[in-house]
Parts: sequence; C-alpha cells; structure tokens
Amino acid sequence: MSRRRSDWEQRPQARIRKWYKEGFLALDEEIIDHLTQEPRHTHLQEELIEAQQQAESSRQHDRALALERMDQHNMLIWARTRGRKAISRFHVVLALALGLLMIIFLLDTVAYMPRFGDPNAPGANEVSRRYIEQGLTETGATNIVAGMILDYRAFDTLGEATVLFIAASAVLILLRIDRNKDGSPVQELIAAESDDQHYEPRNDRILQGSAMVLSPIIFLYGIYIILNGHLSPGGGFSGGAIISAGLILYLDAFGFEKAGRFFTYKTFMWVSFFALSFYALAKAYSFYCGANGIPSGIPLGTPGAILSGGLIMPLNIAVGMVVACTMYIFYALFRKGGL
Amino acid sequence: MSFVNVFLLGMLIVCALAVSLTRNLLTSLIVYMAYSLIMAVIWMFLESPDLAITEAAVGAGITSILFFVTLKKIHAIKGDSEREPTQK
Repeated sequence: MSRRRSDWEQRPQARIRKWYKEGFLALDEEIIDHLTQEPRHTHLQEELIEAQQQAESSRQHDRALALERMDQHNMLIWARTRGRKAISRFHVVLALALGLLMIIFLLDTVAYMPRFGDPNAPGANEVSRRYIEQGLTETGATNIVAGMILDYRAFDTLGEATVLFIAASAVLILLRIDRNKDGSPVQELIAAESDDQHYEPRNDRILQGSAMVLSPIIFLYGIYIILNGHLSPGGGFSGGAIISAGLILYLDAFGFEKAGRFFTYKTFMWVSFFALSFYALAKAYSFYCGANGIPSGIPLGTPGAILSGGLIMPLNIAVGMVVACTMYIFYALFRKGGL
Repeated sequence: MSFVNVFLLGMLIVCALAVSLTRNLLTSLIVYMAYSLIMAVIWMFLESPDLAITEAAVGAGITSILFFVTLKKIHAIKGDSEREPTQK
C-alpha cells in the first residue's frame, strides 16, 4: 500500500494535482530544501562545534566576549536557516507581484488594440495589399516573404541581424577560452580539451559512414535553400542553419582535427566580417537611394530566374554564411571553448 | 484536415506539458525536439513553409544539439556518470 502510494506521488498526474493544489510554493520549497539540506547540516554542525570551542576557550578569559560571539553565531545560524527561508519567500512574493503587474499592464495594452478582423485597423491598411499586389514587380522576388524581409522591411532585418550579432559576441566573450600571447594554450583550455576528447567518438564506423553520405547532401540542400531564397520558401537564415547542421555532423564524426583543416577561428572571423560589412554596406546604399529618390541602378531581372530580385540573393548569401559560421562556432564554444 | 489539425494541436499541448513535467532532462529535451517537429508541421498547414523550414532546422536541430552539449558538460545525461571526467 505504502509502496503504491509513493509510486503514485511520482506520477505526472499526482504532480499536476500537487502543483494545482499547492502552487509553485510547494515545488519551490522542495527545491530549496533539496539544495540547502546537505550543506546546511554540515555547516551548522561545524559552526556549532566551532562556537562551543571558542566559547570554552574564551570563558576562561572573558565571559562577556564569549556571549557576544555566541550571539553573533546565533545570528549567523538564523540567517542561514530562517533568514534564507524568509528571503526565498520574499522572492516568491516579489515574483508573483511582478508577474501580476505585468499581466495587468499587458491586458491594459491589449484593450487599446483594434478589434480582431476590423477593416479599419492599422494592420489592414494599404501596405499589406501593396506588398501582395506590387511585391513581384517592385522587388523582383517570387517569394513574397523574402521580398518583404530583405527589401521592404530590410531595416527591421538589419536590426535583427544586429541583435543576433550582439548575442553572438556575448556568447563569445562568455565561453571563449583565450590562448596565451605566444599562442600556447592556457591550463584551462588544456583541461577543457582533454575533457572534450573523453567524450569524442574515435573512428565510429556508423557515424563516419553516415556523415560521409549525409553531410554533402545537407550542404547542397542548404546552399539550394539559400540560393533559391527569393524564388521558393527558405532564405539565408534557414539555409545557414542547415549548412551549420551539416558542419556539426562532420565535426562530430571526424573530430576537431579534420574539421580544422577547412574551418578555423580565422575563417569564422573573416567570413563574418566580410558578410556583415557587405550586408551593412549594401543596405546603406539602398537606404540612401530609397530615401533620396535616386534609382539604385540594380537590375531586378526577370522574376523567376535565379539571377533576379536585385540585392535579395547576395544578401541571402551573406546572411546564410554568417548564420552557418555562427552556429558552428557556438557548437565548438559549447564543447571546448574554442576551435 | 481539421481532424489532423486538432490532433497536432493536442499533441503540441501534451508535449509542452511533458517537457515541463518530466524529471529526466534528456527525456524532456527529446520531447522538446518532438514539440519543434510538430510545430514545423503546423507551420506547414498554416501555409508558411519559410517558418516551417526554419523551425525544423533551428528548433529541432541546432537548439537541441546545443542543449545536448550543455547536458553533457554538466553531466546530466545518464551513463556519463560511469565515466569519470578528467580532473581540472
């Protein structure tokens, strides 16, 4: 009976019920208890013993001092047990209050939005109709989505690319382990590499065979998606992600040494630098022309041909290269803090 | 078609609940991959193949790989505990 009961408590239904009945508080308490249990006991005991010893030794010299110290220790113990609990409770209350505030704020904002399906709403103005009707002749892209994100709303896309670049830089700063100035690896890097080699499969037949067959196909598929971004669904971001998946598969199968023959940290730096600056310069040129009413002089080509859509295909290629390199370097950074 | 849609949406909810309620991190990660895959199919039904490709490549592929590496690093995958990591 009791065994069945303990089994029941582990089951998802019971946990949903518990969560429903007692809320997050119960789960939080459980986690806090679990986290603080071990160190609390040992620390408390050590501290008590220490306090007693100190009290005994100082009793001979100065009883008052000892009492003061005991007070201090009691306060410390209080801070470690009840104080921590109180603080965690305060955090829960604070989080709930903030969440409620945010919900009220968002609902209040939603109340000001136009009704769903309202023909007079700003979202249903002439802009979207123009995108659909004139998109093909104005951007030259058969895929309206590509025409929108890389031509009409390229400024938004530039902002998104900037956000992505800042995030990638932050990850690089956090995870990259620098080498010494003379190029020799630091102790941390050696430890990370040996830790990584421990898990790396060495000449796994199945993995290497499937990688040998699959990675070229994956590369080709990614390149196809990037190059046809203005004609069919897809584009730089998804194609770049697919290429990086192929790169990661190759890296997993053959290891860092073989992958390092064609992709090093320098490759990443140069490709990202050139692709990002090309993107920014090309967009700056077209913004300048568009804002001043100057014809940009970039031929749009016949819609449907591979060389059409003006700047969309080069921009897709740039985005794809950046995304592929960034994802691949993320993987390498996660694994051992560098290539 | 509507039955398929309802089925997929139901599976989406089941996956979302399972991700947050399973204790084993590896299991919840694999369920999360299934979630992304179902989401990609739903994007397909909603006639946005661009998003479907991106969701399948990023959501089910890259993100999960990064999560797997992270789990490996923090020794949260079972079976890794048998092999001792090298001391730093």
